[in-house]
Amino acid sequence: MIVVLNKDELRIIKEQDVVPYRNRVKEHAVKIGMGLVNQTKLITAASELVRNMLKYGGGGIAIIETVSKGRENGIRLIFSDKGPGIKDISLAMKDGYTTGRSLGLGLPGTKRLVSEFNLESEEGKGTTVTVIKWKNG
Amino acid sequence: MDKIPILKMSDFLLVTIQVDLYDQLAENLESDLINMVKKYNSHGVLIDISAVSIIDSFMGRILGNIAMMSKILDAETVVVGMQPAVAITLIELGLPLKGVHSALNVEKGMALLRSKIHNIEQDTLTDDSSTE
Repeated sequence: MIVVLNKDELRIIKEQDVVPYRNRVKEHAVKIGMGLVNQTKLITAASELVRNMLKYGGGGIAIIETVSKGRENGIRLIFSDKGPGIKDISLAMKDGYTTGRSLGLGLPGTKRLVSEFNLESEEGKGTTVTVIKWKNG
Repeated sequence: MDKIPILKMSDFLLVTIQVDLYDQLAENLESDLINMVKKYNSHGVLIDISAVSIIDSFMGRILGNIAMMSKILDAETVVVGMQPAVAITLIELGLPLKGVHSALNVEKGMALLRSKIHNIEQDTLTDDSSTE
């Protein structure tokens, strides 16, 4: 069972919100003693997802949580927007697929950087992405 | 408006990124740099990213673009000082930074740029002599 120890919520509505958000994620990761490599992976994943939310979902809410499961501590990030949603999730998770003008690495690349990855989306209603990075994961 | 300073050093342009870049800032850097390459007729661009703690796919694309754009303006790009954790993350993300040369530090980066330009000059010299 996952227990939430600490919760932080930020509204992301413009590009300039990204850097403070990344810093906040870093603070949380440092606080639980996450190593530098995992920290970098987590912040990079956060950066990708928050950009997706801005670009495709028109902004939304980003939640940062310190969580623990048994002896393990980690950071859970939740991104929820009320954008158009993703039509075909399996296609969106494919390397190199993009509807924008990016490289199409965002979602599949991000999945590789975190310990747990979950994407829920409904067309016309919005998208919620949840990722967890365990301290030693 | 924030701006990343670009320094001209003889034939080269030198950029040190010391802040976390947001998208607009990175895009401005890209266009400023390309304009400066043309303006100063530079043959090399050196980008120091030793203070950059994360590079995501957007930032990676900007670096790749700078390298490719400089290349067609006859300038080489070297990225120096990447942190090991950033390198690990980039590869796992699936971003190999094609077309971007790299070096461990500014000194080695400068040496690499010089050797590349030197080679090109020598090549053209030998080409000239062979046609004569």
